[in-house]
Amino acid sequence: MTFALTPERDQELEQILKRYPNRMAALIPVLHLAQDQNGWISEEVVEWASRRLDVPPAHVRGVVTFYTLFNQKPVGKHQVWVCRTLPCALRGAGQLLAHCEKKLGIHAGETTADGKITLRTAECLASCGTAPMMQVDKTYHENLTPEAVDALLDELRR
Amino acid sequence: MLKRTDYLTKTYGKPEGWTLGVYERECHGYQTARRVLSTMKKDDVVNEAKKANIRGRGGAGFPMGVKWSFMRPHPTKPAYLVINADEGEPGTHKDRTIMELNPHSVIEGCMIGCYGIGAHVAYIYVRDELHLSKARLWAAIAEAKAKGYLGARPFGVDYPLDVVVHTGGGAYICGEETSLLNSLEGRRGEPRLKPPFPAQAGAFGCPTTVNNLETIAAVPSAFHMGCEAFSKLSAIHHLNDGGVRLFGVNGHVKNPGVWECAVGLTLRELIYDLGGGVLGDKPLFAIIPGGSSTPVLRADELVHAPDEKSPLHPWHGQSVLDVPLGVDTFRGIGTMLGTCCATVLAEGTCPVAAMHNLMQFYRHESCGQCTPCREGSGWLLRITEKILDGRGTMEELDQLHDIANNIMGNTICAFGEGTAMPALGFLKKFRREFEAYVRGEKKKSTDGRLTVDHHDFVGG
Ligand SMILES: Cc1cc2nc3c(=O)[nH]c(=O)nc-3n(C[C@H](O)[C@H](O)[C@H](O)COP(=O)(O)O)c2cc1C
Ligand code: SF4
Ligand code: FES
Repeated sequence: MTFALTPERDQELEQILKRYPNRMAALIPVLHLAQDQNGWISEEVVEWASRRLDVPPAHVRGVVTFYTLFNQKPVGKHQVWVCRTLPCALRGAGQLLAHCEKKLGIHAGETTADGKITLRTAECLASCGTAPMMQVDKTYHENLTPEAVDALLDELRR
Repeated sequence: MLKRTDYLTKTYGKPEGWTLGVYERECHGYQTARRVLSTMKKDDVVNEAKKANIRGRGGAGFPMGVKWSFMRPHPTKPAYLVINADEGEPGTHKDRTIMELNPHSVIEGCMIGCYGIGAHVAYIYVRDELHLSKARLWAAIAEAKAKGYLGARPFGVDYPLDVVVHTGGGAYICGEETSLLNSLEGRRGEPRLKPPFPAQAGAFGCPTTVNNLETIAAVPSAFHMGCEAFSKLSAIHHLNDGGVRLFGVNGHVKNPGVWECAVGLTLRELIYDLGGGVLGDKPLFAIIPGGSSTPVLRADELVHAPDEKSPLHPWHGQSVLDVPLGVDTFRGIGTMLGTCCATVLAEGTCPVAAMHNLMQFYRHESCGQCTPCREGSGWLLRITEKILDGRGTMEELDQLHDIANNIMGNTICAFGEGTAMPALGFLKKFRREFEAYVRGEKKKSTDGRLTVDHHDFVGG
């Protein structure tokens, strides 16, 4: 199956292209747009982006594999990222991650059997003053307590 | 000297403080850009900027005005201003507050900066995860455009200006300025060899200035009050380290956060007066002064500067906690000011586990272009892990030094030093703790703790 953006997203793509002196510069924002729709960057998305932005597929693949936020395989409906870097670790990020793993019954890097949640660790998310923290999809959750995490995860699994 | 100010942070805490109305009411919003564009010549802007003594807030501390003066008009190519809001350095959480709470200061700063360096477009490179920051910047841009501040004729002046928010894809290395430029161009974020420097060939091969987001956000305030007066707000203006800046503190303090103060605040003031002191009233153990790449300081270190010509001489024999936080002062005590956000470690924190945590970060984030960095960061992690696990030897402890020293100076970008310097810092300052692990006197399971007290997240 070939990939195509929804008409609204395609309009956004046209807006993005206007911001740069060439089409290649739009690649990262455009890949985000495609991933928002598709959940991950499949080979179809790579070929689509290559055609749409006039860059070789190999270049698109090189970019996709370089940046950690591009999913190279399907992931859960929700993305949970627990920051593990030192400032967060000093405030209990280790326990926070262990708590999530136990509650979800998976290890970091895995997806729950119902496909709802992918749990991962993140490197410093610029939220060290409000640690420990995690990012759920596009939202930061800071100064976390076990109760707050439980409520969040329950909500996501519903 | 603790001197809190509110030039960059006046809108913080105000209802809808990020909107144009509040910015215009509270911060003379856009009046400075209007005056600069309508009455000043490009070169005068750069000369004035130099007087502010704004040392780059992104980590290296290069003087902003001097950097602007490297820009030369090119006969055919446009110039660009690129703002670094990648904010990826572990322990750094300041730029985010400006984007979320005072985004208009960034836009106005971009306008003045663009005019000074001869650019018509500014790209603000924001790491993708900061969705709220990006949304606030885009909203500010839309407001400024609606008023005609940004656009074809800002304030009626024939100098078109545009500001664009660009996003990354989750890679710490993209904070390095040439990697950031590659990422902006839609490439892998691999750092470029210098020269050419960005001022010669930066974004899209054109002359480019890369400034940190806080650096540019300070510009409207500096130009509003006069750049020399702004510089003099600092306690160490005489060291060409001027103005006000954001100070952050995180880790084992009671009250982590970000505050704006005159340059020259000390770590003691940051940790105890602003940060509320150490969690659980424990003794202070160690401080990473300005992001994870800046070498760690022990709480009991004293300044050694017997030479009267040394800028540090006035603090000779005093605690490092009482040295003003400045670019050159902190270089003088063997570390770096970095991003000016300090990470505090309380008594009871294991320095071996702390180094292990950081080496995981550097191993994960090396872009892999240079062998000493790619392989070295892996070895540093593996050996530190062995030592922490109680399987390390004294030879391996020495090997850690060799590996780190072999990275220094042998790589394309400063990520290499940023990995080696903190490793060497931990090894030098906490040699005894590392040896205790090797001799089996300490164990990961009982002593390798990073958290203290009941204040931490307790679950599991
Ligand atoms: C590995 C690495 C990561 C960096 N990350 C950042 C960053 O996240 N934000 C930033 O402003 N500067 C970062 N820098 C510094 C930039 O390369 C550059 O010096 C800075 O953006 C220049 O702006 P300034 O002079 O206003 O500080 C990093 C440097 C290195 C070597
Ligand atoms: S020093 Fe490391 S991060 Fe920098 S270019 Fe070389 S491999 Fe990449
Ligand atoms: S270390 Fe977790 S946000 Fe910085």
